[in-house]
Amino acid sequence: MTAPVDIQNLSITFGTGPGAVKVLPSVSFAVAAGECFGLVGESGSGKSTVLRCVSLLTDIWTGTVKIAGKDVRSLPLRERCRLVQMVFQDPYGSLHPRQSVRTVLSEPLRIHGIGDRDARMRQALVDVGLPVDFLDRFPHQLSGGQRQRVAIARALILEPSVLLLDEPTSALDVSVQAEILNLLARLRELRGFTYIMVTHDLAVVDHMCDRFAVMQHGTITETLPRAAIAGNLATHPYARELIGASLEYEGHGRG
Amino acid sequence: MTQTLRLPAPLLAARNIVTFLLRQPTSAFGVIVLAALILTALFAPLIAPHDPYVQNLNNVLQPPGNGHPFGTDELGRDIFSRLVWGARITLTIIFLVTIVVGPIGMIVGTVSGYFGGKVDMVMMRVTDIFLSFPSLILSLAFVAALGPSLNNAIIAIGLTAWPPIARLARAETMTFRNADYIAAARLQGTSPLRIIVKSIMPMCLPSVVIRLTLNMATVILTAAGLGFLGLGAQPPLPEWGAMIATGRRYMIDSWWLVTFPGLSILCVSLAFNLLGDGLRDALDPKQMNRR
Repeated sequence: MTAPVDIQNLSITFGTGPGAVKVLPSVSFAVAAGECFGLVGESGSGKSTVLRCVSLLTDIWTGTVKIAGKDVRSLPLRERCRLVQMVFQDPYGSLHPRQSVRTVLSEPLRIHGIGDRDARMRQALVDVGLPVDFLDRFPHQLSGGQRQRVAIARALILEPSVLLLDEPTSALDVSVQAEILNLLARLRELRGFTYIMVTHDLAVVDHMCDRFAVMQHGTITETLPRAAIAGNLATHPYARELIGASLEYEGHGRG
Repeated sequence: MTQTLRLPAPLLAARNIVTFLLRQPTSAFGVIVLAALILTALFAPLIAPHDPYVQNLNNVLQPPGNGHPFGTDELGRDIFSRLVWGARITLTIIFLVTIVVGPIGMIVGTVSGYFGGKVDMVMMRVTDIFLSFPSLILSLAFVAALGPSLNNAIIAIGLTAWPPIARLARAETMTFRNADYIAAARLQGTSPLRIIVKSIMPMCLPSVVIRLTLNMATVILTAAGLGFLGLGAQPPLPEWGAMIATGRRYMIDSWWLVTFPGLSILCVSLAFNLLGDGLRDALDPKQMNRR
């Protein structure tokens, strides 16, 4: 149920020759099976793009992405879907406004020909801490946190090994953020998911991730263990600056 | 809340929409006129006092009154009865055109909007070609090629009325295409066809329905126009446009020949326009969220 992710020389280039624009010059990192890996960096540094490449939502990239030792490009669609799923940033935009929770959860099961749908849907809702009678609700009848739980349930229902989390809490208010993060942490303990998590927030990294990479201008400046946050042990100047700024901000917040 | 949840969602939505429409005087007028039109068409044999086809040459061009509420035409047929039976023809035209135009426009628009690129290019250029003719002229050309009859008029109107719908559906699709819920569906292995049918079409449906409703007025006018030019319904069918066309010759002396069919066309197309306007408010996504 758990799988390592290996990304080598992931890059996106528009155009050819001297006028070519490298949007994502080159990204390489490896995530061990069952690990939670964070991607942090300023807006526009390419964090989310990496996730979209790994999930093949964007497929104009070059390089290799291997999940559980298999190249994602050569994986059949169905198998890929059952290996990688994604949770999006904005729970208001990631649920179809006219589909009930039941439809949202049963569609993937139907597409993959998985039986026993009712029991699975109930289980998925229980797993994310929602009452079972939410199945017949529509997104506009749910709060932001509940929507994000539904989005997580949707990602879980195909029982993937790798979850890509694209700032799963940044659109939620603080108390709900903690609930969702704890839910994600608990699910990882139970199921041994591999997480790749994009975030702006180093506190989230500190809470969730084993290791993290600091990105700037589409490249990874430095990969650090979680322990490096507290003492700001980064060596790259940008990573140091980012962690320093975050520590200072948090210090203010606490003081 | 718990009570309303028990009703199936489409029924609930329909009830909400009708309640909303009846609350405003203009759209209520539309709903009432159209309900009257439908009832008239359904119960035409009961409502019409005379047979619409029976001629009475002793009783031609009689003014309204005297057993003929709207008078008689140049062959002594009762105009009121002909209008009542004509409601059936009008409704048939609208119904057939709508069920042809809606799906075609929707499919062309959503497919071209979702796939983009070359598919979009080809489909939209075809749409452009259709759009670059005035629709009445294009319908005329089709009818002239197919031969004048009511069915051919319906086909011709259908062929010329889908491009605006396709344009609309395409524009809507392009706003949803990159939404996260479409990305999530793709990640779950949903085929493009299934995404278009299950995720995109429901989102386009409200605006397409509004547009179709507003279009119905144009459809009626085009059908009447074709009838007027002798290319739509053929005599002795009591089609409203054709009735005006034949009445035109006697217009100066017998105003009732053209006035009543004209008023019918006016009322019905006005009703469709008002209903369309009302639907636009009723189906507004912002209002949806409030319900």
